[in-house]
Amino acid sequence: MAARKTTKKPNVSAEELTTYYREMLLIRRFEEKAGQLYGMGLIGGFCHLYIGQEAVVVGLEAAAKEGDKRITSYRDHGHMLACGMDPGGVMAELTGREGGLSKGKGGSMHMFSKEKHFYGGHGIVGAQVPLGAGLAFADKYKGNGGVTFTYFGDGAANQGQVYEAFNMAALWDLPVVFVIENNQYAMGTSQERSTSTKDIYVRGEAFGIPGEIVNGMDVLAVKEAGEKAVAHCRAGKGPYILEIKTYRYRGHSMSDPAKYRTREEVQKVREQSDPIEHVRELLLSGKHASEDDLKAIDKEIKEIVNQAAEFSKESPEPSVEELWTDIYA
Amino acid sequence: MATEILMPALSPTMEEGTLAKWLVKEGDTVNSGDIMAEIETDKATMEFEAVDEGIVGKILIAEGTEAVKVNTPIAILVEEGEDASALPAAAPAAAADTEAAPAAVEAPAPVAAAPAAPVVDLSPDWPADAKMKSETVREALRDAMAEEMRSDEDVYLMGEEVAEYQGAYKISQGLLDEFGSKRVIDTPITEHGFAGIAVGSAFGGLKPIVEFMTFNFAMQAIDHIINSAAKTLYMSGGQMGCPIVFRGPNGAAARVAAQHSQDYAAWYMQIPGLKVVMPYSAADAKGLLKSAIRDPNPVIFLENEILYGRSFDVPQVDDLTVPLGKARIWREGSDVTIVSFGIGMQYALEAADKLAEDGISAEVIDLRTIRPMDTGAIINSVMKTNRLVTVEEGWPQGSVGSYISSVVMQEAFDYLDAPVINCTGKDVPMPYAANLEKLALITTDEVIAAVKQVTYR
Repeated sequence: MAARKTTKKPNVSAEELTTYYREMLLIRRFEEKAGQLYGMGLIGGFCHLYIGQEAVVVGLEAAAKEGDKRITSYRDHGHMLACGMDPGGVMAELTGREGGLSKGKGGSMHMFSKEKHFYGGHGIVGAQVPLGAGLAFADKYKGNGGVTFTYFGDGAANQGQVYEAFNMAALWDLPVVFVIENNQYAMGTSQERSTSTKDIYVRGEAFGIPGEIVNGMDVLAVKEAGEKAVAHCRAGKGPYILEIKTYRYRGHSMSDPAKYRTREEVQKVREQSDPIEHVRELLLSGKHASEDDLKAIDKEIKEIVNQAAEFSKESPEPSVEELWTDIYA
Repeated sequence: MATEILMPALSPTMEEGTLAKWLVKEGDTVNSGDIMAEIETDKATMEFEAVDEGIVGKILIAEGTEAVKVNTPIAILVEEGEDASALPAAAPAAAADTEAAPAAVEAPAPVAAAPAAPVVDLSPDWPADAKMKSETVREALRDAMAEEMRSDEDVYLMGEEVAEYQGAYKISQGLLDEFGSKRVIDTPITEHGFAGIAVGSAFGGLKPIVEFMTFNFAMQAIDHIINSAAKTLYMSGGQMGCPIVFRGPNGAAARVAAQHSQDYAAWYMQIPGLKVVMPYSAADAKGLLKSAIRDPNPVIFLENEILYGRSFDVPQVDDLTVPLGKARIWREGSDVTIVSFGIGMQYALEAADKLAEDGISAEVIDLRTIRPMDTGAIINSVMKTNRLVTVEEGWPQGSVGSYISSVVMQEAFDYLDAPVINCTGKDVPMPYAANLEKLALITTDEVIAAVKQVTYR
C-alpha cells in the first residue's frame, strides 16, 4: 500500500471535496446495504462489493467529460453509482426485479446504461479490456473526441487478451485509458503469487504505452492522474495505463473464506488509508465542513440507500413474458 | 430503536450454518463494518460484519450453536440509552423477518410458451424475370460488402490480410482501394483480441464485419462471440445490441487436416442471440450477406472455401437481399425430402439428379439460415413426402440434422413413413491422407443410399 500523500496541501475547493465525500460515501453505504440484503437472501448468486476501492472510480469520474465511456468487470456497482446511474435501479437489479436496470435479467455482474455511457458489467475476467478498446475504436472512427475508461483488476491483468488489446490500442492510437484497479488479490491469490513483476503497468512499456502508479486511496491523486491520462488520449497520442493501487476490504464475493490474508492486514488499511476518512479529514481540517455538515450528508446518503433498498424489495419480479424478450433486436 | 441481527446467508446456496464464535459481547459498541462473529458453513468459515452501528444489546444464539437457519435472529442491536434487558425474547426461527426473500415455496411460475413455428414463406426472393449473370460466390460476397459499405458509413471490415493482401481468399479484393484503410483494416494475428475490439465497437455504434481467415481460428475468439456479442442484449434488458457479422470459410477445404477442417454450424446454432447463415449459391451469398450486415443482431456467416470459385446465376437487381430465416426449395419432389445447407447442397442436388434416373422424386430444401431455422418449410415438405434425409459435413453427435430430426418427430411424427436419416461427416478428426479424407467426408453415394433406405427401395 502506497503511503498517502497527506503532506501536500491540496488545491481543491470545498465543493469538490464535498462531492467526492458524498459520492464515495454513497458507494460504501450502498455496498454495505447490498451485503445486508445478500445476507437476508434477497440478493442471489455472486455479489462482489467495492468497499475500500471507492476513490478509484470517484476520482476518475471527476476527470471524465460528458460522452466519455466506461466499461468494467463484475465488481461494478461502484462504477455505476459514480457515473450517475440510479441507485434504486442498480439495487433492484441485484434483487432481480422488474425495476432493475436490466429488468432483472442481468444481475449484479451484468448491467448497462446507454444514457450514462456505461457499457457493463462483464462477468468474464478480462473480456472487458478488448471491448473497451473497441469502444475507443468506435470513438476514433467517428472522430467524436471521446475517451473510454477500461477498468480491470490485477487478476485480469494476466489474461492474454489484455495484451492483444494493448497491442492494437497502441498500434491504432485508440483513445482508451486502461485502468488497472490493483486491489492486490485476484480472488484469493495475492499479486506476488500470480504476477511476475511487482508493478503491472510496466507491461505497457513493451507496447509503447505510457503509464504510472497511482495511490488509489487518495481521490485527489486519482483525479490528477486521470486528467493527465485523458489529456494524453484526447490529444490523439493513443492509450495510457493507470495502475491504481487500492484495496478491497470485503471478500472477493460474498462467499469468501478470507483465509488468504490476515484480519490485521485489512484492519490496518481501514485505519490508516481509508479513502473516505481521508477526504473527511481534509474537509474538517481545512474548515470546509463541520462535523454537523458531514453528519447531514451521512444522513442524506443513508436515506438514498434506504430508498434504493425499499425500491429493490417492492419492485415486482419480472413478468414471465420477459423470459422470451430481448434475445433478438 | 432495537434492530434484530439475523443469521446471514454467506453463499448462494447456504441454508444454515454454525455460529462458531462471537467477536463482540453484550454492551460492546459496534460500527458499520466491524466484524461481529465467525460463521461456519460447509464450505468455509466466514466473518460476519455489522451493517448498522449500535450497542450489542443481547446475544440470542450462543457461540458453538450448530445448524442455525439463515434469517434466524442471532443478536439485538440497541441505540445508546436503550435498555436491552427489557427486550422480548427472540422470535422462533420459523417466524422469519418480513423482509425475507420472496417466498421460494410459491407454486412454480407458469412457463411462458415458446414462440410458434414460423409461417412458411414461399415468395420468390427476386422477380422471376430478373436478368441473370453468372458470378462466383467470391464476387458475390465482395459485392455484398461493397454495396453495404457504400450505403452505410458505419460498416467496416476487419480481419487478417483483408486489406493490403486483398484477402487470404481474395474475398475483399479491391475494397481497400475503394474504402481506404480507415474502413478496411488489417489486424495482427490475434483473433480473441480483434473479435473483442469489433464487438466493443458495435456496442459503440459501428457495424463491423469481422473476417476470420477460417472459422477454425474463431475458436480463439468464441468467448467474445458468445458471451459478449450474443448475450449482451438480453443481459442489458434490451438496451445494448450488437450489430456485427462474423464471416469466413468454414468446414473442410482440401487436404488441410484436422485443425483446419471443422464445420461449426451445429456449434453456433445452439446459441440464443446469434443468427447463423450458411449459403450455398452465389445469389444467396450476396443477398444473405447484405441482410446480415443490416441485421441489428450478431450474425455468424459460414462460407466455404471450395464454393468460393464456383459460379451461379445471380439476379442483376438493385439491392438484392434475401431474408434471414427463410429456406429455399431448390427442387420440388414427392417421394422424399432432402434438407441441407452450404456445401452439403452439392451432394443433395447431385443425389437428387441420380435418384430421378431411378424414378425417385426428391424435394431438395436449402436451409440457407441455420438459426432461426425455417422448420416450417421442412415440416411442410415432410407432410407431402413422408420421408426425410438431412445432409451436412459436420459431425454426427449433436448435428444440425439431429436437431431437425427431433423437431420433425415432435411436430410431424404422424406424417413420417420411415425414420429420419442424418447424413453427416464421419465421427473422426479430419485425416490428411487423400483417401482417408475422402472417406471422412459425406458423399453423394451415401445420400443416395440413405434415400433408398427411407423409401424402402
